[in-house]
Amino acid sequence: MSTFHTEEMTLNMGPQHPSTHGVLRFVVRADGEVMREAVPDVGYLHRSIEKIAEKVGYHGFMPYTDRVDYICAMFTNQGWGMACERLAGIEVPRRGEYCRVIAAEFNRIASHLLSVGTMGMDIGAMTPFTHALREREMINDLIEELCGARLTFNYMRIGGVAWDLPPGWREKALAYLDHFDPILDEYNSLISYNKIYIERLANVGVITPEEAIGYNLVGPNLRGSGIKWDIRKDIPYSVYPEFEFDVPVGKGEWGALGDSMDRYMVRIREMKESARILRQALTQIPPGPVLAKVPRNFKPPAGECQVRVESGRGDMGWYVVSDGTGYPWRVHVRTGSFAAMGIIQKLSKGLMIADLVTVIASLDVVAPEIDR
Amino acid sequence: MDTLINNLIASGLFGPHPRYDVVAAIVEFVAGAVVFLVVAMPFAGIVTWLERRVWARIQSRVGPNRVGPQGFLQWLADGIKNICKEDLIPAEADAPLFKLAPYLVMLAFILPWSVMPFSSSLILADLNVGVLFFTSVTALTVVGVLMAGWASNDKWSLIGGIRSAAQIVSYEIPAGLSIFPVVLMTGTLSMQGIIRAQGWAPQHWFVFANPFTFIAANILFISALAEGNRTPFDLPEAESELVAGFATEYSGMRYTFFFMAEWGNLFLIGALMATLFLGGWQFPHVTDNVVAMNVLELIAFNVKVLAVVFVSMWIRGTLPRVRIDQLMSLCWKYFVPISFANMIGTAVWVAIWPEGNAFMGYLMFAGGVALMALFVARVVHYVRRSRMQLYFRPTI
Repeated sequence: MSTFHTEEMTLNMGPQHPSTHGVLRFVVRADGEVMREAVPDVGYLHRSIEKIAEKVGYHGFMPYTDRVDYICAMFTNQGWGMACERLAGIEVPRRGEYCRVIAAEFNRIASHLLSVGTMGMDIGAMTPFTHALREREMINDLIEELCGARLTFNYMRIGGVAWDLPPGWREKALAYLDHFDPILDEYNSLISYNKIYIERLANVGVITPEEAIGYNLVGPNLRGSGIKWDIRKDIPYSVYPEFEFDVPVGKGEWGALGDSMDRYMVRIREMKESARILRQALTQIPPGPVLAKVPRNFKPPAGECQVRVESGRGDMGWYVVSDGTGYPWRVHVRTGSFAAMGIIQKLSKGLMIADLVTVIASLDVVAPEIDR
Repeated sequence: MDTLINNLIASGLFGPHPRYDVVAAIVEFVAGAVVFLVVAMPFAGIVTWLERRVWARIQSRVGPNRVGPQGFLQWLADGIKNICKEDLIPAEADAPLFKLAPYLVMLAFILPWSVMPFSSSLILADLNVGVLFFTSVTALTVVGVLMAGWASNDKWSLIGGIRSAAQIVSYEIPAGLSIFPVVLMTGTLSMQGIIRAQGWAPQHWFVFANPFTFIAANILFISALAEGNRTPFDLPEAESELVAGFATEYSGMRYTFFFMAEWGNLFLIGALMATLFLGGWQFPHVTDNVVAMNVLELIAFNVKVLAVVFVSMWIRGTLPRVRIDQLMSLCWKYFVPISFANMIGTAVWVAIWPEGNAFMGYLMFAGGVALMALFVARVVHYVRRSRMQLYFRPTI
């Protein structure tokens, strides 16, 4: 009796591949359609952003932070601002904090919309992508009115935000939120509860809670595995303690706990919670200045600090060491996508090639955030 | 066709005493070329435009609207652009096979037009095995696609080609089995024979003839989508997984051939559905003028085909793609057994009511109308609800 030999095939997926979300590269060892392993190869988008910080000074680094994660640039702005403020002991005016939260939560919705849309596109449905981007465009319009940019915002400053809300903006933002809630239901009925969609996502790329913690996953990826950990709640910063909101976690409604569908649904539900926060913030916003007085020649005292913000991709850590001069001695950014890349190799064993795309999309990996 | 040939011989165009078979060959060759050039190619092109417009509306975009009225000539512009492009053949590719593959796919797309029943007289060759011929030659696609996948010497193309082969070969079975109920009821494989066995009124269409044919029609439609590489079964060229599948390495006119065949296949899907289940060109006898009657029949046929084409475009705009194992389990675990059951069921039905059951036809037609009404109500509801109300104009 002859044995049937199959040969393993080494596939090179990326860095130019339509569904690797930027310049990611995977070396896939596959036996036909079934993957043995997918090894991520990072570093194609490394721009030495952390090193640049040591050369351009504290104020000058703010525009660069946009490029750390251009999908949610507000959070990188906020992280850098908060780190510098903590080093120098600067108090941000309350209206400034509110502006930050409003901008950041809008950015979170935009980021999740993009993630959810590309998820649909990676599964093969093109329509959800355009529908998600349609809603995202409106947020971009709002933010453009707020700070003049649509992607790399550069809105925040050390000690607050650059500009106050323009006149009439609050009403527009509230109108958008009224528009947004039914849209989310429409979106759910279009794609989330689609039979094929659930079949493709449920039980694919299951991350157990232990693995999620072990691989240092953060944000929606961690919450998708059922762990209730949100920096906004657990290590509160800014004015988040003043708002009422829930932290949605994956419950394994469609398959195993921590599968791609759970991570996807966490994002959908987080958008609802963000809208809730925004409503409260937009109604409660106090009058006053938005920017604290910060010397132009900003020289924080020598020391180090670590701040954490809950960005669209989860816990983003900013570690800054100051030596008392006008330039930081060392900056390090800890990002969620980098951690998420680590687990792909483990998840990919035994999956189909088509599922690799699903897993990447469900982990919401953003290429520039991996490499900085 | 015979009268046309006899008239031509009598007119003395081919000399005083031409041989009948030579004239027939020339006439059929010319007629085939005309059908191909005047109908098949432009239709494939126009469908690309139509699909992009329909798809754009579904996705709340505008779509191509610049070239010609409503962008109608977009397909022509795309075609000219693609002809002018460099025909790139990778150095490592198997050049002869690489060059041959698009023509094979194109051939599989062109051949079925020879048995396409446009109207009661407009058919190139009313073969007595018409349906069989139709399904057989469309299956030629798999050879071309596999050849393209292999000859490209690219792993993504290879996976695309193999996927396509597995998919088309598997779905041939439920598709073929779903044609059997109709053949059982009519006792003929000829396209015209099948259409003549139906009436112009919907309750006389085979889709409403009995419950089994209704299921068969649905299975045939879904299987045809799978064979034509349409969403939700577009795995061979799954853009997000396999770059462009078997067509990854192709460029210029060869690439256009693949995609013309793909969009042209939409018409073939629609034509098969219309012929077998939707009454084909059947139209009430309103005039004795043969030409006028044929034109009306042509319109009726095309309307039915375009309705099916539109549904498949709609499906493409709505559904995500299935995975290869789900695709296979759908075919082998569900479609094949159901198709067999259908066949037996129809056989029993035909044995009990050899002339068909008129009451059932009316009942099913009423059911179909009710279903359609529910569906339309739902669509209208969603269209109303999803209307865009907000538009922010950036002030900066």
